[in-house]
Amino acid sequence: MANLSVRDLNFYYGFTQILSEINFDLNSGEIVSIVGPSGGGKTTLLRLCAGLNDVTEGEIVDEFRSSAFAFQDARLLPWKNTIDNIMLPLIANMSRSEAYERASEMALRVGLEEDDFVKYPKDLSGGMRQRVNFARALVCQSEILYLDEPFSALDIGLKKDLQNLVVEQSMSKNMAVLFITHDIMEAIRLSDRILLLKSDPGEIIKVFEVKKSKNERDDEFVFAKTRELLADPDILEVFEIGIK
Amino acid sequence: MRVFFKIVRDLPWFLWSGWGSIASILLFLALWDVGNQIYGDLVLPAPLAIFGEIVELSKQSEFLHDLSLSVKRGIYGFGIALALGTFLGLLGGRFVTASIMSRPIVTILVGVPPIAWIVLAMIWFGFGDTTVIFTVVVASFPIIFIGALQGSRTIEGDLSDMMDSFRLSFWQKTRDLYFPHLFSYLFPSWVSALGMSWKIVVMAELLSSNDGIGASLAVARSQLETTTALALVTVMIGVLMFVEYIILEPIKQEVESWRE
Repeated sequence: MANLSVRDLNFYYGFTQILSEINFDLNSGEIVSIVGPSGGGKTTLLRLCAGLNDVTEGEIVDEFRSSAFAFQDARLLPWKNTIDNIMLPLIANMSRSEAYERASEMALRVGLEEDDFVKYPKDLSGGMRQRVNFARALVCQSEILYLDEPFSALDIGLKKDLQNLVVEQSMSKNMAVLFITHDIMEAIRLSDRILLLKSDPGEIIKVFEVKKSKNERDDEFVFAKTRELLADPDILEVFEIGIK
Repeated sequence: MRVFFKIVRDLPWFLWSGWGSIASILLFLALWDVGNQIYGDLVLPAPLAIFGEIVELSKQSEFLHDLSLSVKRGIYGFGIALALGTFLGLLGGRFVTASIMSRPIVTILVGVPPIAWIVLAMIWFGFGDTTVIFTVVVASFPIIFIGALQGSRTIEGDLSDMMDSFRLSFWQKTRDLYFPHLFSYLFPSWVSALGMSWKIVVMAELLSSNDGIGASLAVARSQLETTTALALVTVMIGVLMFVEYIILEPIKQEVESWRE
């Protein structure tokens, strides 16, 4: 049982305070989402947790031994084809044939076709590149997964499919997930906890818990919960939704 | 290794796809022949005469010796320029001061015409190999240097970030990010410098050498043997085209297949 703990985290970009007094925990097998307005520091927070930016004030203790990150943009190596891109985090740890097998399995699982395996990023659509990005992050079966709005470019069908995949992986591999989303329904569908981050500076002003077992979260439940959240005064204030 | 086999396997298709280029070369030869019929043999010998002359030349051991000497000088000069340019260019990319300092020097090197270098080299080194190779290096070095410099200064932070996020080793980063990225800048500069090197070899030999293709060209010029001169020029172009289209182009197509 590993844990990511964030304590009294503050972050500045020059003189602007991006994050203020962030405190939260994330344990193995938990899915936590961060919702908030654009430019509010969500990506910065995710990057600090993943170790991509250095913490200057506060403390992040990361007990997870392996991590994977799916960025908002696909960031594929342009000189490698689809399958090689997906295999990237694997080849250091296993034989090429084993890596290929796992990568192709995951590629098919995220909705790519065998024909796509040898294509270069230049020949893939934006949605396909995002799928490759996602496959690459999932294929290494890390202990913690960081997702920065990875579903935003996908159609509804594929979105739902991949969301189920995340839940499935999280449950079967006890993988922790920390993800950023603009889609409240998505947050409700997937998360154990939803952190509401306001902006200027970024502060967690509320934590919503979704206690219902993920397998039982049908559409009706998700819609009802969404309506509940959208009526919450904090949500309305943070997203500046005018009250009618 | 897989890349090499793929190149060899694709070679027949690649050669077949050259019909378009061959057609335009044949058109050029036809126009050349028309020129010969208008202007006569002294000014512009017929293509057939030139090819006959080339066949004659290839039977002479002296010619073959000259050709291999020119090729040798070209390879040496290009090789030195490649090693020096790549190394210094990468270094310049790593240290901003070095890159700022190198810009005016590169401007000078590029600005001085190769022929001026030949004159200086002749004074410094006399006739022979050193002069030719020196000139080739000085002329080709800037091209490779700039390619290496740009390559190492433009490594994308995003991709580097991505690889860090998976906690990949430095070696894997070098193999999968730095090396392919740099190569994509270096290879075109190498190809460009190779063409330059070959032209400079002949020019340097023409002015400052007793042997080599360029020297033979000088002799043909002084004896007004247009046929021989044109035959030598055709051989030079032939070598260049062979290297560029038969050796380098398939490699280039394979290595750059991922580009837009």
